Amino acid sequence: MATLKTTTEPPGVKVELTVNGDTIHRRVEPRLLLSDFLRHELRLTGTHVGCEHGVCGACTVLVDGEAARSCLLFAVQAHGRDITTVEGLSDDADNLHPLQEAFRDAHGLQCGFCTPGILMSMVDYLGEHPQPNESEIREALSGNLCRCTGYQKIVEAVQLYVDRRAADPEGNGR
Amino acid sequence: MSSRYFGQPIKRREDPRLLTGKALFVDDVDLPGMLHVAFTRSDFAHGRLLSIDTEAAEAMPGVVAVITAEDLGDYWQPGPLLVPPPPIEGSSFFPRTQVPLAKGKVRHVGEPIAMVVAESRYIAEDAAEEIFADIEPLDAVVDLEAGLEADAPRIHEDLDSNLAAQVRQQKGDYARASEGAHTVIKRRFLYDHGIAAAMENRGIVASWDERAQQLDMWDTTQAPIAIRGGLAAMLGLSPSQVRVIAPFMGGGFGPKIMMFYPEEVLLPWISRRLKRPVKWIEDRQENFVATTHERGQIHDAEIALDEDGRILGVKDRFIHDAGAYNPYGLTVPLNAQCTLLGPYSVPNYDSEFRVVYTNKTLVTPYRGAGRQHGVFVIERLLDFAARELGLDPVEIRRRNFLPKDAFPHDHGIIYQDFSSLTYDSGDYEPALDKAVDLMDWHRYVGEELPKLRAEGRHVGVGLVSYVEGTGIGPYEGARVTVEADGSVSVATGVGTQGQGHYTSFAQVVAEQIGVDPSRIEVTTGDTKVFHWGAGTFASRGAVVAGNACHAAALEVRKKILNHAADALEAPQDDLEILDGRVQVRGVPARSIDLATLAQGANPMRGAVAPGTEPGLEATVYFGPEFGATASGVHAMAVEVDPQTFDVNILRYVVVHDCGVVINPLILEGQIQGGIAQGIGDAFYEQILYDSDGQLLNGSFMDYLLPTSMDVPAIEHDHVVTPSPLNPLGVKGAGEAGAIPVGALFAQAVEDALSGGGLDGFEIHEIPLSPLRLFELVGEHKAGGGTSP
Repeated sequence: MATLKTTTEPPGVKVELTVNGDTIHRRVEPRLLLSDFLRHELRLTGTHVGCEHGVCGACTVLVDGEAARSCLLFAVQAHGRDITTVEGLSDDADNLHPLQEAFRDAHGLQCGFCTPGILMSMVDYLGEHPQPNESEIREALSGNLCRCTGYQKIVEAVQLYVDRRAADPEGNGR
Repeated sequence: MSSRYFGQPIKRREDPRLLTGKALFVDDVDLPGMLHVAFTRSDFAHGRLLSIDTEAAEAMPGVVAVITAEDLGDYWQPGPLLVPPPPIEGSSFFPRTQVPLAKGKVRHVGEPIAMVVAESRYIAEDAAEEIFADIEPLDAVVDLEAGLEADAPRIHEDLDSNLAAQVRQQKGDYARASEGAHTVIKRRFLYDHGIAAAMENRGIVASWDERAQQLDMWDTTQAPIAIRGGLAAMLGLSPSQVRVIAPFMGGGFGPKIMMFYPEEVLLPWISRRLKRPVKWIEDRQENFVATTHERGQIHDAEIALDEDGRILGVKDRFIHDAGAYNPYGLTVPLNAQCTLLGPYSVPNYDSEFRVVYTNKTLVTPYRGAGRQHGVFVIERLLDFAARELGLDPVEIRRRNFLPKDAFPHDHGIIYQDFSSLTYDSGDYEPALDKAVDLMDWHRYVGEELPKLRAEGRHVGVGLVSYVEGTGIGPYEGARVTVEADGSVSVATGVGTQGQGHYTSFAQVVAEQIGVDPSRIEVTTGDTKVFHWGAGTFASRGAVVAGNACHAAALEVRKKILNHAADALEAPQDDLEILDGRVQVRGVPARSIDLATLAQGANPMRGAVAPGTEPGLEATVYFGPEFGATASGVHAMAVEVDPQTFDVNILRYVVVHDCGVVINPLILEGQIQGGIAQGIGDAFYEQILYDSDGQLLNGSFMDYLLPTSMDVPAIEHDHVVTPSPLNPLGVKGAGEAGAIPVGALFAQAVEDALSGGGLDGFEIHEIPLSPLRLFELVGEHKAGGGTSP
């Protein structure tokens, strides 16, 4: 076994970005993934990492309002950007975002690991598509893997949100 | 039973935490001074490990330790045999279990060789790359049959061959039954089951507290209590010094119950050595090689029938792939052997399997756990028999169902829980009728199909039935406590991985204690809170732990009524519990709330009667005599594109019987999710190795999980045959959705292609894929079959 060694401080690169509305200044290693930065530097652990090669979609966040895989971005690439994570939708269990509420009402999650990524993908998609039909919802979801639900109740949850929003545009689906 | 809470589609208690990103998963644990672990794993499937050069890795800044098998000293030992062989006469069994770090030999790609501990995960991974293991490659055993040949390379050199086990189970006399049979059908079947691919990879955080002499470990395990007991023994600690927490988990499906994964042994050891917390989080690439699989079996099977299509007997000889080690004993092949009998009357059965070691990742149960393989064999045999005898697939199944007065039905062979394979209850025809109605089967087959086929469309249908042994013992327990504020705490020992236990157990308790489920906090998977139990597997959580919750809630109810009768000066029989208050029936003015009762049951001064237990609390255990048998019928219609061989599922119908339903919302989710995995298994997923034992598709780019575009909307119905083995009458439902899908897919796709003109086309294997269908159709045509 090796002997204990001391740590050397890695030379950092300065980044400045907005995360869930807060301005963040940090020094980061150039190779640090955005997903690891969010999870382990900022302790926003709602963003999950399922594959680290951009397929599963669990790590999806909004970058300047567009859904992006945080495991395929370096933290330094987020310099000057506006990031929203699932905590930015609502981190208050008693006051969920209407899309989160619809997922609860329709049982759109089981283990919940893929859910934050799905929510963020859908926030982006539903912002641009107010009235998608079932097959369009399925297509929009197809970039996010879920191993528990079989997707049916996720589709129903999204549909529920869409219907509620259409019925009460002021309430934004609440 | 009244149904205020129990049986209702109550929204899940745990969802707000999960939806806001606040639920704690293992990788969310962050401790001061925590170090990070990465592993160097074998690139070879089979080889002699000559030496390991760790010098460069150790010299890297930020590296704290590099550990190989040599460093472990006496701590290095093969893992325990998790499931001993069942008492079946004439069986042979040669168990070899996995080791913490390879020593002398490597036996599969991904077997860990060295562990690196560093200040960050990035540094740990860099250092793991710098470790050089000198391995002299040996020929690998990949093919199951070749692995059993006398000149095959030997994986465990202290054994005479790669045979891990051989088991024969018989009832009646198949040889005699088949002699007088009207029809005997023989086929060879291949059934390959994919990997679990839970969205969350495995992970461990271990933290040894030198001052408290206490080990805390967060672990993605389905069985935290077993891990705690085993670890304590290995580390020379008392179990009370070890706390294992299985927090929120991103799916389990079977492979997260193992004892031990090498990492589970190594992380606590190094934490104790370094006196610092350590974390290891598996990445997806590791998951493909280091988390256990389920894979293939080869069956040579035959069925003997009379002229009416009634089964006289079944004979089966099969080979099961164990992978490099078999800590799980015979669970998977026994499930295949037993579940083959299905819901049918099979008077004569002769089944023998051989288990073979191969140079591949270990095989342990994954959702279905071998049941798929057995169901595929019997369902396909029935399909071919129906074709030969001119029977409808529905009719041949109906004729062979065990009648409803046949229960309990003892098959006279041994099941995975070592008891005689006995179906507690069942009634199969109503489910078949409902599925036929839901599918509008006769009109579809009689009118719709011929019409569509006349238009040149390759459309087909299928219908299969199956049983699932669920809810096996030994036991689980639960502690129910009415707290001083009138809320209720429930603690159980099982782990939870998305099944909704926080909600369904709350519903069970709410029904007895009269408290809204939103006021009931359930804890699962923390050995400090509850430390007796076996774990979450074999569709047993709701059955065994659910009934323990029920029994404990009944005890607490008695205590509540006892105290309330004193306080309200009324006989217990006159009392009811409603919304957290006990009242004289129909007289809300004479009532007392549970908080006051709970406080009164814990007096701080004065005297109590001898034998008094404080509080409104009870701990009760439940262990069923044997498992409860769930059953079901699945049907589907598919269309096959004759150019691309893509398969489009037009309809999917399920009628399921899992006894009494606790929460229909959760149950639907379980079934839909199971079917999605079944569809993956049938048409998208297959672990592929080359002849050197190299995994060819170890990423989500190459190993395809079904997406929202591939899984159809599923139409449901239920039949309820309560289990007589437990007071709630429930049966397990976790695995059912996944079990019959391969058999159904084969039948429906075969129907679509043979109905489209490929006369006599048969499918004998799962998984299929567009390419594989193209190949099979080509082989059929080359063999003289008719082309569409």
